[in-house]
Parts: sequence; structure tokens; C-alpha cells
Amino acid sequence: MNQLEFSLFTLGGSLLAGLLGSLTGLGGGVVLVPMLVLLFGVDIHYAIGASLISVIATSSGSAAAYVREGYSNIRIGMFLEVATTLGAIGGAWLATRTPTRGIAIVFGFVLLYSVYLSFQRHDDEVVAHNPWSDRLKMNGTFPGPDGNLQQYSVKHISGGFGTMVGAGVLSGLLGIGSGAVKVLAMDHIMRIPFKVSTTTSNFMIGVTAAASAGIYLRRGYIDPALAAPVMIGVLIGSLIGARLLVKSNVKSLRLVFSVVIFFLAIEMIYNGWVGKV
Amino acid sequence: MRRLNDKQVEILIGHVLRAGVLVSCFVTVIGLGLLLIDHATAIPNYHVFHSVSGRLRSLHQLVPDAFLGHPTAIIQLGVLLLIATPVARVAFLVGSFALERDRMYVAVSGLVLVILLVSILFAV
Repeated sequence: MNQLEFSLFTLGGSLLAGLLGSLTGLGGGVVLVPMLVLLFGVDIHYAIGASLISVIATSSGSAAAYVREGYSNIRIGMFLEVATTLGAIGGAWLATRTPTRGIAIVFGFVLLYSVYLSFQRHDDEVVAHNPWSDRLKMNGTFPGPDGNLQQYSVKHISGGFGTMVGAGVLSGLLGIGSGAVKVLAMDHIMRIPFKVSTTTSNFMIGVTAAASAGIYLRRGYIDPALAAPVMIGVLIGSLIGARLLVKSNVKSLRLVFSVVIFFLAIEMIYNGWVGKV
Repeated sequence: MRRLNDKQVEILIGHVLRAGVLVSCFVTVIGLGLLLIDHATAIPNYHVFHSVSGRLRSLHQLVPDAFLGHPTAIIQLGVLLLIATPVARVAFLVGSFALERDRMYVAVSGLVLVILLVSILFAV
């Protein structure tokens, strides 16, 4: 494959990854890295470098749309960013010291866990009151099932903060947005309404990724000829996905996508284990 | 009332971010186009990681190289512009919290901004 063919193939593949990632809400990175590694034979360090850049493009590119429809809570987001950015720097540091095989195996397990999380039910049981949530001005409102605005408060702030450090480490180590873990921290642990959690997570993903991107750049993980088609492809794919989202049957699509990710995860773990990556 | 203001500020920032993404993509596309004109038939090798050239890894070599028209440096400049978009978002929010006289969140968002700048500019 020469450079032109390689660029076109990665552009097409990245477009598909971005499209599926945004339609299912799992993010482009989770399928992009396995695709580059398993299908195109790219070293995992270059793959996570290109993926991290595309994560920033998707998060920043869709910010306006998310704010308009969603109910992102910028104070919660900003507070937890302290955790994710510090974690991301730690993760990028780990990535420079972890052998390719190790990264592949961790990646596989994170993929499996993300799929598992995406099938969890969300019960929006609103937390009525928490003094720390008041002190940190994290309370907000969101539209309840009856359409009226409902007040919510935030629980387990330190637990959520700790989990966010973990989300940051995974983002920096694997070059993904780790949106699934961020939503887990906000939705399951801090009991923030699901809609607020997902939109706030989108805001946080780009900032988290930017914290490790500088380290990736300086370490030479970001190869221009690979990063360019990936970044453009994922961005176009995710923008198309955001438009299609309203019309398509997300449930069955998510099932199909999850099966694909399940097998990619197994293959990543297997290849990492036998040292084929 | 403040809720509404927050949202308006966020939407405005959202538009600025999208503009930033478009500019960085534009720069990247130009770089990729020039690269393909020069090296369409070269055989890329990404199987083994050996880090990209040192000139593409340091800010003060990469930026002048991009203005000299080196395709890979132009792409890398586009990538840098993209990395700057979330940083700009945080910087805007520091300003908007300051306008609201919310000292606690000026401090929190200021801390995030410092972490970002330190890791992007000085990390090794």
C-alpha cells in the first residue's frame, strides 16, 4: 500500500469509526484504535496518538450542539477536570513506559467494560440535598419525565473525583475519550441525571485529551501522515452521526456495534498476550 | 437568570470552538494534500514505532517549518491548533466565572488551565 492508498483507506475507516461511535454514544476511539492496529498493522503508539487527536476534534466540534440540546453542568465538569487532566498526564506518562503488548491487553479489557457499561440501565433517582454539593455550587436543574424542570444535587463527590482520575489515566494511556468511565462516575456514583452526565462528559473529553496530547506530540506518537486522515475522517463521521441520530434505530445498532467491539476486544487481548501487535 | 447566562456563554464558546476545529482541519487538509502531491507513491511504515522526526516534536521548530511550507509540519500545526481548542474553552470559562464573580470557580478553572498549559508546553 502506498501513501495515497493508505491515506484513503484510513480516511474511510476513520469516517466509519466516527459515525458508529457517535451513533452509539461509545465514541470513535474505541473502534478506531483496534481498526488501525488489527487491520492496518499500525503500531499501537501511533494508533493511540492519532486517536487522541480525533477525540479532541469530535469533542470540540460537537460542543455547540451538545450545549443547545443538553443540560451540561459546567461547574461539575470543571471541578472534575482537575481530576481527569492530572490523570491524563499520568496516563500519558504510563503510555511511554508500557510495552505495546501491555497497552493492547489493557485496551481490550477497557473495550469489554465499555460495552458492559453501555447496557446498564439508568434510573434517574434525583438526589435531593447534599451540603457539599451546595458548597461547591454543583446543584442544577434538568427536565424531568413530566417535562418540568427538576432540581438535582450531587452525591459522593470524592468517589466521583477518584473515578475521574482513573478515567483520565485510561484516556492518556489508550488515546480514547473514556466517555463510558466518565459517565459511570457521574451517573452511577455521583447520581447526576443521565442526560446531564452525558453532555457534561462530552465537554470534559476534549479537555482531558488535550492534557495528554502535548506529551504525545513531544514523544513522537503523533505521526502527521497518519493523524491527518484519521482526524478528518472521524470528525466528518461523527458530524454525520449526530445528524442521523434523530432518525435511526439506535438500539439495534448499538447491539450490532457492541458485538463488533466484543470481538475486537478479544482479538486485542489475544494479540497482546501472544505478542502479535 | 444565571442559568440562562451560563448557557448563552457556553453556546458562544461552542461556536468559537467549532470555528477553531474548522480552521485546524483546513490547515491539516492543506498539509495532507501537499504531502500526497510529494509522496503519493511512497510506502508508509507504521508497523514499528520509532517516534517521528525531532523537528516535528518541538514547538519552536515545527511552527517555522510549517510557514516554510513543509507538508508534515503544516499538518502538525493543524494538530496544535486543534489541541488549543479545549484549552481556549477553559480559558473562556475562567473569564466567564470572573465576570460572575465566582471566585471559587475562577480558582478551579484556573487550576485546570495551568495543568493544561504546563503539560502542553513543558512536559517531557
